Amino acid sequence: MPKRLSDDLPDASRRQFLTGTATAAAAPLIAKSLAPTPAEAQPSAPPDPRQPVGVTLRINDQEHRLMLDSRTTVLDALREHIGLTGSKKGCDHGQCGACTVLVNGKRTLSCLTLAVMVREPVTTIEGLASPDGTLHPMQQAFIDQDAFQCGYCTPGQILSAVACITEGHAETDGQIREYMSGNLCRCAAYPHIVEAIKQAKTQMKA
Amino acid sequence: MRPFLYERADDVQSALRAAAPTSQTSIPPTEASAQFIAGGTLLLDLMKLDTMRPQVLVDINGLERTHGQIAATAQELRLGALVRMSQAAEHPDILRDYPLIAQSLQQAASAQLRNMASLGGNVLQRTRCQYFRDPSWPACNKRAPGTGCSALEGVNRKHAVLGINEHCIAEYPGDFGPTLAALGASVETAGPGGARSIPFERLHNGPEVPNVETVLAPGELITGFVVPAGPWTRRSVYLKVRDRQSYAFGLATAAVALDLSDGVVNEARIGLGGVAYKPWRAHDAEAVLRGKPFDEAIAHAAAEAAFAGARAHGENEYKLDLGRRTLVRALLQAAKLEI
Ligand SMILES: Cc1cc2nc3c(=O)[nH]c(=O)nc-3n(C[C@H](O)[C@H](O)[C@H](O)COP(=O)(O)OP(=O)(O)OC[C@H]3O[C@@H](n4cnc5c(N)ncnc54)[C@H](O)[C@@H]3O)c2cc1C
Ligand code: SF4
Ligand code: FES
Ligand code: FES
Repeated sequence: MPKRLSDDLPDASRRQFLTGTATAAAAPLIAKSLAPTPAEAQPSAPPDPRQPVGVTLRINDQEHRLMLDSRTTVLDALREHIGLTGSKKGCDHGQCGACTVLVNGKRTLSCLTLAVMVREPVTTIEGLASPDGTLHPMQQAFIDQDAFQCGYCTPGQILSAVACITEGHAETDGQIREYMSGNLCRCAAYPHIVEAIKQAKTQMKA
Repeated sequence: MRPFLYERADDVQSALRAAAPTSQTSIPPTEASAQFIAGGTLLLDLMKLDTMRPQVLVDINGLERTHGQIAATAQELRLGALVRMSQAAEHPDILRDYPLIAQSLQQAASAQLRNMASLGGNVLQRTRCQYFRDPSWPACNKRAPGTGCSALEGVNRKHAVLGINEHCIAEYPGDFGPTLAALGASVETAGPGGARSIPFERLHNGPEVPNVETVLAPGELITGFVVPAGPWTRRSVYLKVRDRQSYAFGLATAAVALDLSDGVVNEARIGLGGVAYKPWRAHDAEAVLRGKPFDEAIAHAAAEAAFAGARAHGENEYKLDLGRRTLVRALLQAAKLEI
């Protein structure tokens, strides 16, 4: 595999590096959009679908103004443009749940949501813990109950699990399994995930 | 995915204007250059696969304010096109008076998808036939008219046995559609030529021209659904049989509603899913039941009638039995309900 510059950096600066590149990549696009577009210059020219569009996303209580290709999904905006790589891409077709985020508190598949369409606040796995670093009860419960192995599905599982409880769909084991069926786990941590949800449920209610 | 222009509409008029066809030539609605986007769970999936290639997306989520409501009266149930699947699945009036609708939606897709997907988009969902979804297969009459059908002698385990012909044997995969067919619902639309109401059973075409899936005109917007009330809607069941217990499309499903008095069937309504080319209403099976005392034998006779015209193509042979048994079990369950 070709080595990337960022591979040599320690963890914290690596993350910073990635965020930095994301902003740097967006910058020329913003500059470009301030210049008159060809369409503005000659009103008769048909609009160009490749022209980036302005998108404002509110993610984990922070506003992000981006210029994006209209094809960009929320998942790609998070991972490729904002540097929040906690949300995972499993299938990119709505089949696995790894990309689950909360939009206005509702669990949503970010791989099938266009960034330009989102008007409401988004919560990702990065936004669950308290500012002082205390984990959300669901995050803690996943650790306590050993509810993952490789961890790839875990951010999606955790957000989906939080919503499962707030929706009132975690009353019985059977109901938890049914309402968590949109999150596949290749490592089959399912029984532990059910236990984690039961643990977090009492704490979330408290 | 190919590039597209994005437009957001906040009312019906601006949605219609943005999606108005640019040419007079008649094209199937699914191939129109402008497509409405609601939940996006079907459209973006197929655009990523390059099976749908719109040049303009008209975002109709701004219509949720006006077309996102559920209203039940003694005469009818009205559902706005922008009602989300999860919203209808949990609505108290629907749970009480139209349990088959609630059940069909609860068992569809996943919690995430149901939060996103609209009822208008749901009825327009397209087949899961792999030859259709994957454009690297050259032969598919639905995706590329006149090229033939790869499924006839190919992988067709999930394909339809009812309402098919040699041009296309694709299954209609949705769960909500068969309940609307069973209940004799209608679809309300708005288009360049004004508003109209279409019996739901006539919304979807048969496979004569497989790429023309509905009677909608390009740019015609579904605004809502009207389900007539009736003494049968409370005694109703949606039974879905699938490869895994949850989060899978139905292999065979049955939507049934019965009006019984003293054990005699006054009225029966039957819809079938997973086994048919389009949301299917089993009129012949209903006729077998109507006016007869209900028992297991008559349920079997109804299922025989429902599948009398069915035809399998190899791997989907099992659907002939599975479809019948699913319907029998749904009828028995509905008859036993305490209402
Ligand atoms: C992994 C997966 C599993 C699924 N499982 C199931 C299942 O088990 N059962 C089931 O029933 N469904 C299932 N679905 C399908 C899902 O229910 C549909 O994708 C969804 O209902 C479509 O609604 P939408 O609002 O997202 O449509 P969109 O993707 O926004 O639109 C779909 C199509 O309808 C058109 N359209 C949308 N709204 C209107 C309108 N108001 N008027 C005119 N045209 C309109 C669009 O132009 C587009 O062509 C599944 C989907 C996925 C991805
Ligand atoms: S069954 Fe229909 S959709 Fe599938 S390959 Fe044949 S023509 Fe295409
Ligand atoms: S990546 Fe979104 S559902 Fe799989
Ligand atoms: S922990 Fe590995 S996929 Fe779930």
